[in-house]
Parts: sequence; structure tokens; C-alpha cells
Amino acid sequence: MSKTIHRVKVVRRARFHVAIEKKYKHMKLTLKIWRQKNAGDKGSFVTYPIDGISTDMSFLEMMDVLNEELTANGEDPVHFDHDCREGICGMCSLYINGHPHGPKQTTTCQLHMRSFSDGDTITIEPWRAKAFPVVKDLVVDRSSFDRIIQAGGYVSVNTGGVPDANEIPIPKRIADEAFDSATCIGCGACVAACKNASAMLFTSAKISQLAMLPQGQVERMSRAEKMVAQMDAEGFGACTNTGACEAECPKGISLTNIARMNREYFAASVKSETV
Amino acid sequence: MSWVTKTLSSTIGRKLIMALTGLFLILFLTGHVSGNLLLFKGDGGEAFNIYAKFMTTNPAVKLLSWLTYSSIFFHVIFSAWLSWTNKKSRPIGYGVSTPPSTTVSSRNMGILGTIILIFIVVHMQSFWAQMHWGDLPIVTYEGEQYKDLFSIVSFAFQNELMVIGYVVAMAFLAFHLSHGFASAFQTLGLNHAKYSPAIAVIGKIYCILVPILFASMPVYIYFTQS
Amino acid sequence: MILDSKAPIGPLAEKWTKHKFNSKLVNPANKRKYEVIVVGTGLAGASAAASLAELGYKVKAFCFQDSPRRAHSIAAQGGINAAKNYQNDGDSVFRLFYDTIKGGDYRSRESNVYRLAEVSVNIIDQCVAQGVPFAREYGGLLANRSFGGAQVSRTFYARGQTGQQLLLGAYSALSRQVANGKVKLYPRTEMMDVVTIDGHARGIVTRNLITGAIETHAAHAVLLCTGGYGNVFFLSTNAMGSNVTAAWRAHKKGAYFANPCYTQIHPTCIPVSGDHQSKLTLMSESLRNDGRVWVPKTKETAEKLRKGEIKPKDIKDEDRDYYLERKYPSFGNLVPRDVASRNAKDVCDEGRGVNETGQAVFLDFRDAINRDSEDAIRARYGNLFDMYQQITGENPYQTPMKIYPAVHYTMGGLWVDYNLSTTVPGLYSLGEANFSDHGANRLGASALMQGLADGYFVIPYTIGDYLAQIGPAPVDANHPAFAEAEKGVKDAIQKLLSINGSKTVDYFHKKLGHIMWEYCGMARNAEGLTKAKGMIQDLKKEFWKDVKVLGANEELNQTLEKASRVADFLELGELMIDDALNRNESCGGHFRTESQTPEGEALRDDENYAYVAAWKFIAENAPEELNKEPLEFENVKLTQRSYK
Repeated sequence: MSKTIHRVKVVRRARFHVAIEKKYKHMKLTLKIWRQKNAGDKGSFVTYPIDGISTDMSFLEMMDVLNEELTANGEDPVHFDHDCREGICGMCSLYINGHPHGPKQTTTCQLHMRSFSDGDTITIEPWRAKAFPVVKDLVVDRSSFDRIIQAGGYVSVNTGGVPDANEIPIPKRIADEAFDSATCIGCGACVAACKNASAMLFTSAKISQLAMLPQGQVERMSRAEKMVAQMDAEGFGACTNTGACEAECPKGISLTNIARMNREYFAASVKSETV
Repeated sequence: MSWVTKTLSSTIGRKLIMALTGLFLILFLTGHVSGNLLLFKGDGGEAFNIYAKFMTTNPAVKLLSWLTYSSIFFHVIFSAWLSWTNKKSRPIGYGVSTPPSTTVSSRNMGILGTIILIFIVVHMQSFWAQMHWGDLPIVTYEGEQYKDLFSIVSFAFQNELMVIGYVVAMAFLAFHLSHGFASAFQTLGLNHAKYSPAIAVIGKIYCILVPILFASMPVYIYFTQS
Repeated sequence: MILDSKAPIGPLAEKWTKHKFNSKLVNPANKRKYEVIVVGTGLAGASAAASLAELGYKVKAFCFQDSPRRAHSIAAQGGINAAKNYQNDGDSVFRLFYDTIKGGDYRSRESNVYRLAEVSVNIIDQCVAQGVPFAREYGGLLANRSFGGAQVSRTFYARGQTGQQLLLGAYSALSRQVANGKVKLYPRTEMMDVVTIDGHARGIVTRNLITGAIETHAAHAVLLCTGGYGNVFFLSTNAMGSNVTAAWRAHKKGAYFANPCYTQIHPTCIPVSGDHQSKLTLMSESLRNDGRVWVPKTKETAEKLRKGEIKPKDIKDEDRDYYLERKYPSFGNLVPRDVASRNAKDVCDEGRGVNETGQAVFLDFRDAINRDSEDAIRARYGNLFDMYQQITGENPYQTPMKIYPAVHYTMGGLWVDYNLSTTVPGLYSLGEANFSDHGANRLGASALMQGLADGYFVIPYTIGDYLAQIGPAPVDANHPAFAEAEKGVKDAIQKLLSINGSKTVDYFHKKLGHIMWEYCGMARNAEGLTKAKGMIQDLKKEFWKDVKVLGANEELNQTLEKASRVADFLELGELMIDDALNRNESCGGHFRTESQTPEGEALRDDENYAYVAAWKFIAENAPEELNKEPLEFENVKLTQRSYK
């Protein structure tokens, strides 16, 4: 792998300068970032020393600083996915020092530079999975997740003509548990963390949510069968119950979802009338 | 594709086979270790030899042993198949891979399993093949003739290398079981707030107790029969 | 020109029913012959695309994110209002209508707001049927909570993630139609222009963000569900990608832009920590139920605090100014968003702000913790406190939170009539992208309600009336208008790429944001606005001379995407200034310092400004033309809002 050194010097501006100088430490870091021009390119790590990073920045703001300087030097900025920057849209997806979303159990956008120390070397890579091909630099294509949902991650009700919302009481415990499963943000950290690049935590979260709720009962069996089939067709690996996905999931989606999906799938295979 | 092959060839279906065969092999190990405890009886191997004959001749046991052979076979074949799929799922690996908060065993079941498979081949060649087709000395208890498997066993475990090999293999088995036991239940979908902690505890006890008992046999023989 | 809202006549409560009956229908067999384009896949877009596809229309759905599920509706925290009256506390459709129109400071259209309240009940039914896990009581029925601006409990919620759960519900309905082949999805695709033929919208031009391919798509109607333009301020609670481009390009093709100066500034956000800041994070309004807002009584104490010489807890009660409780004894810390925001700005302007930048006030939980215990507070707000600690590195259980207002939502948007049609026939606008239902200030938990109302329950009826009239003959995709629009887009991109100046896109965006925040933020006046107008014009010139956009069009080029969006923000910024200048009254989120009560509260001028200001684009760099839609109130009495 070729290694090029690019000098990046951060010029700080504006009135906040003095105040921040006092309270926050500035860090000097070495970034090793995966650069890849497009899906067809081979790609390699490139090293960027960076200076003047405030401990108060978010990780993505540190990337912004790098990109501003790269642009100023006439170099192509590092491309990475991000949008809401408040930990809910699931778009950010950096693999930092061997962990999806970095050392803390959050999304990349909620990781702050105070989690690092002066002089650290930080390696930043894209999610790695056959079903998440690299688009450019750190951007990957996660449309496989959409196709898994399209295979059955819904209740087939048309708009209008549904019963009153309070017609079917749902025990609070069930509603809460379904909610826990439903909090998945579809970021793909589970796939990135799993040594088998398995998407079972993601798939099982949706199967679980709908299997628990009364509204999901009608299509319960076909949903499990179709979503698992699509998950396999996308080229995700199998689960070996290491628990890495649960440990790295920014939303704390639990392994019990995978157990439930397995039950749902076995039951559906045996009982459903699709031959 | 019929629904059976479709189900069993899916990633979850293949895991089902792994879990079911794994659990059967755990049952087998329980039986195996209980029977072999007769080695400790100190009766010159009489009880052990009687037990060995029973195990190779009883038709019900025959059936169980065929189930065991096929469990090993399918456990190995399906794990190879799964590993191949899993390998393909990440064609390009990471530059930095810090092991997340998972156990070493859980990440290395394939390697552990391969070592155990090699052990099984050696082990079966040493004793099982001997018992079935080997030219064993014959002993007579109460007028009935028995193959003296005990003598083969005690001879084999005079060899330090053999003893060390067995003890090490049992350590690998312990690690394999430490993940495999609870993992099989999780795969079967048996994850429950009330029972899973109990399964985890039983799994931990099992994965330590059974390999220790197995490992203590060659050690015991090495020190008592020399 | 006086704009016709096409609101049906007759009693308020019968308008929608009557209108639905009077709308033409498209025969079910004919529906598949119609193509509809939906731009944006948030609550409004996803629900509209799914509902129209269910009816049988051929739908194409576009979003710039990598998946429809990422639209920024997902970040809404609090909840969604609905006049279900499940709590038996006196709620009704009329009361929700009344609260919403009053909350909007009487600057919205009665007929639209009433319809919104009317269909709100259907939304909850629909979402529950989709499997949205709303909060429930132990008896298994739906739970409600109360929200600002209302005296009843009508807000349905899913912990602090209501927007996420509703969006995933709409996304699942959309996904189902994708699987059915009724919706074709175009993720990572940005709308660059609207194509009009004989004055009707007949398609769009898009840029594939991965390959850079510029493509055209023809359809019988185009729906813009592209959200708000809060990012014109650079720093806001919007997502980084949220932009005005689709709405702005439609505006330049003839759609009027209404009330652009109405922006909502949310009082409880985490303050700016430095120039590196890329976005602001909202802390739920619910925190004001237990937190007490204060700053030091004197400038001197505030200065010592800023220098770190003293700590907040060293300041005695008598040296603290709980200014909201002091000024508004009956509402206290729970005054509406606009009032809370403006007061925070005032105390900071007086030099009593509390963090390094002097741009923050305290939200203190000390008394609540002493009263109810730390555990009780943790149970209520644990996740918010954790989020705060993660971002700021400070423990809010031990030291007061620091908050400051931030741009959150834009009430203005494309002008639409009762049918949600813009002034360009065949071009519709839904959700935050339109101006319709929130007047000059949006109440909490109403944005989700409006997005879903528009998508699930309004557009499926109103679009049919239009489509039935134009007939199902296919749109000619080879019409020269498509090639012309495509060329325009390509030229604009080429222009951006060819400047090769010396300043980055963010440089311009930040500068624009500073101008907007300074002069068109929480308080505005003629002098400042006039100054800002000149500054923006200069900035715009500088942008087109000196911006640096690297790379090519034919690749994933995030700088190019940003540049194209910022170019539109620069133009919108100027229009916002014009609109704010024109509206010489204070109302809701729009506070003109020239128009206030003796106590310093917003003072409306109903006689002169009870109208919607809808701006028509004339030509590049030419002043826009103001058109008015008079607002008539037949069912509510206009009063001065007071929270004393």
C-alpha cells in the first residue's frame, strides 16, 4: 500500500480562538485514511498529519477541518457519509481504530475528539462487507438494507380504512420491547463489527418489532421467510453469536432479536404453506 | 428446491444444523465422560472393559453412535460451508482490527473445531479403531470374554507426549464448548430473560468440568499404571 | 396579484368533506397511466409516495441521502399532535385548530389548519396499523403528554424518537410499494430543476450523486417534499444535507415563495462551542418542565464566570436572575419558544451570557434534583443528560446545563393553495417545504402532524382532481423543454467547476450564516436588514468569482453538491431579508424591534399585515414581486398573545 504524506496545517479563525485556547487542549494527530477514487479503484491508506484539533470538536468536525485544508491545498477532500449529526439518521459510518463508529458505543457523529489524546494515530476505514461495496473513500453503498426491508419489513396496510388506534390494546411491556427493536437506525455498524459481515442484528430487529406487535401477526411467517432469504441473497454472512454487533450497536439493539428471528424463521419454515 | 433444502441451506438453517449437531455432541460427551469414569475404579479395568463391550455391541447404542458419527460429520461439513460463506461476505478486510468486546473462543470456533477434529481422528484411531478391528488381548470375567481395551489405554498413556497431547486437546475442547454451549441455545432461539442466565452458568460449568474430567483420565493412568 | 387559495366556501367543519366530494376522480384503471414524481422521502414525501402508489399511480421517489429512511424527519424528538381526546380532557378538532392558529400568531389560513386538525386523528390510526410502537399505558392503550401552547394532553410519542418511528413507518409503506413495483426509488439523486411545458410542471432534472449523470424524468405531476431551509443560517438543528435547492429552483420556474422570513428559533439547544461547529443539537423542550433558566444578575459576575474564576454553584440565589420566572410569573420557564428564545438573546446582549462565548444561559436542575432526587430526574431525562454530557463533556447533574437558541424550523416555504398546489399547475409542495399551516410560529409536535397529513390524507385527494382534468396522455419526454432544462443544469455545474477561486464553499456558507443570524435572526430591524441585504449581494458576487470547487461532475463530489446548494441559499437569504423588511410588524418567530409592546413583546399589525407574502421570481438579480393572499378569520378572534 502506498503511503503519501500530506502536510495539513490548521489555521484557526474568529473570536472563539482565545477562549478555547484557554480551556481546551489542542491536539496533534496522525490520520491514516482509506482513499479510493471510485468503486473500481484499488484504494490505499494515505497518512495525513493534522494539528490544532480542539478536544471539543466532534469527530466529523475534525474531518471537516481536514477537508477544508485539503481543499485549500487543491487536493480532493475525503468523502464520507453524514447527515443529521445528532445520532439518529444512521448515515455516518466510519470504522475508526478497529471499531465501527470508534471507541465509544455511539454513532460517529456523536464521537468527540476528547476521546482521543494528543499524538494519537487514528486509522479511518470504510465499512467492509461484500454487501456494502465502497463507492468512494469512506462512502459505502448500503442499499442492501433497503432491499431487506422491501422484502417484508412492513405491515401491508393501505392508507385509510384502518381501525381506531386504541381498538387493539397492546401490553406496555410488549410495546416497549417492540420499540427497543424499532430504534435501529440502519447504520450498518453491526455488519461492520461482525467478523462474518452478518446483517442478522439489523434484519432481526425489524422482524422482532413486527412479530411482537399484533399488527404484524398477519404476515408474520412470510415476513421472516422473505427477509431472511433477501438477507442471504445480498451476500451477508451468518451469525456465529460472538456478540460483536450488540457490543458495537450505537442503539444497543440486543441479541435477543436474533434469537427471536431464528425462532420466527424456523416456525415459519415448518408451518407456512409456501412450499 | 424443496422447502427443507431451502430452509437448511439458508444461513439460519445451516446454523440450526450446527446447533442441533452441537447439542447432540454435548450429550454424547456427557455419556462418554460418565462411562469413562470407570477408568478410575481401580479394578484393573474390568468395569471399563465390560462397559466397552456393551458400547460396541448393544443395538441401541449402535444407533446412538451412528447419530454421533453423523453429527460430527454434519457439524464439520456445515461449519466449513458457513465459514466459506462468511469468508466471502468480507472480501476485503480491515487494516486495523481491534477485537471488540467478544471472547477469543467465539471468534475462533473454526480453528478450535479444526484442532478438535484432528484430535478426534487421532483418538479414534488409537482406541475406537482398535476396539473395532484391532488385535486386542482377551480377558475373561465370570466366564465371559472381553477385549482388553483397558490395557491399550493404559499402555498408550504411559507415553508423556500422548498425555500432554490429550490434556492440551481438552483445553481446546473447553474453549470450544465455552462458546458453543450457550451459543447453540441462542441459535435455536432459546433466549429468555429468565432462562438464558441459567443456560450460561450451566454452559460455563459444563465446559470446565467435562474437559477436566477427560483430561484427568490420561494423567491418572500415567501416574497410577507406571 | 391577489392569490386565490381555492379554499372551499361554507362552514369550516364541512369544507374538507365538501371539497373532497367536489374533486374529480381518476378511474382506478386509468391511474396506472399517470406518473407522479415525489422529491424527498421524509414524512411528507414517503407518505405521499406510498399512498399514491397504493392508489395505483406510477411513482418515482427521489432523495439525496443513501436511503429514504435517512430523511431529517427522523430527528424529530417530541411527538405528534392529534385531536383524539383519548384523555377525556376536552380536546376536539376545533380546539386543536384553535391552538394551532393562535400558536401561529394568526398568520395561517383557517381552512388549511382546520383540515390539518381534522385528519390528525386518522394519522394516529394509520401509524398504529403500520406497527409504529407509540408509548402506551399499562392498560395497553395509547399514552399522551402535553406540549407547549396547549392546555390538553394530545401529543402521541415514542420516547424521544417520535420522528424516527413515524418516518420508519412511512418508509416501510414506501418500501412495500417499491417491492410491488409501483414506486421506483432514486436514492443519492438530487433534484436540480423543474421542467415546465406550457406553464405546467411536467418533470424534473436530476443529478445522480454517484456518477454525476444529469437525467430528466417526465411525469404528469411533481411533488416537492423537500423540507425546510434552516441551513441558510449555516448553523441550525437541520441535517447537514438539508437544503432549499429543490424549492428554490421551483421558485425560479414560477412557484411563489411565501413568508420566507418566518423562521423558528428553538430556545433549548446546546450552545456553539467554537468556529469549528458544524451543526447545533436540540435538547427537548420538555427539559423546561424541571429546569430553571437563569443568568447572573450582574455583568461583572458573568464575566468572572466566563473567565473561570468562579463556578455556577458559587453564585448565590440572590445574585441569580431567573429572568423568565421574573418576567412571566404565570408561565415561567414554560413560555412559548419564540418568547424564551428572544429573552435569552436579550440577557446575553446585556453581557450576562455564561459560557466562553457569552452566548449561553443556564438551565439548572439543582432545585429539581433537591426536590425529587437525582434518580427521578434521571428517569425523566436520562438520555438527554447523557447526550448533553457526550457533546459538552460536562455533567448536567452537577453543574447547570448551558443552552442557547438555534434555528430549528422554517414556517415559510413554497406558496400552496388548499390543494397543496403551487402557483405552477402540476407542481405540489408538501410538509415543511410549503408554507401552509403554521403561520408565523409552529407549535411543538405539529410538524410531524402536518407532514403526514399532507402525504397520507390530503394529496391523494387533491392530486386526483388535477390529474383527471389533464388526462392520462403520456408526457412527451422528448419535448425541447427537457433538453433545455438539462442544458441549464449542466451549464450551472460547469460554471461552478470552472471558477477555481481561492475560498472554500464552507467559507461562504459560514459567512452567509453569520449575516443571517446577526441581522435576520431572533430580532430584526430595518437598518440591520438593509445592511444585510448589501452584505449578501456582495457575498454572492464574491462567491461566483472566488469559490473553489474541486474535482469533476462525473464522480461523487460532495463539494460540488454543497456549492450548488449554497448558491441557492445565497439567493434565498436575500429574499428572506426582503420579506423581513416588508413585514413591518412582529409576529411569532418574526420579531421586528420597531414593532413591540411597551413590555418588549411582539406586536402584530393586523390591519396592514394580515396577509401571506408570496414572492414571485422575475429575473436573476432583479427584485422579486410581492403578491398577497389576504388572511380572513371567520372563526377565531385575533388577540394579542400574552404569557404574563
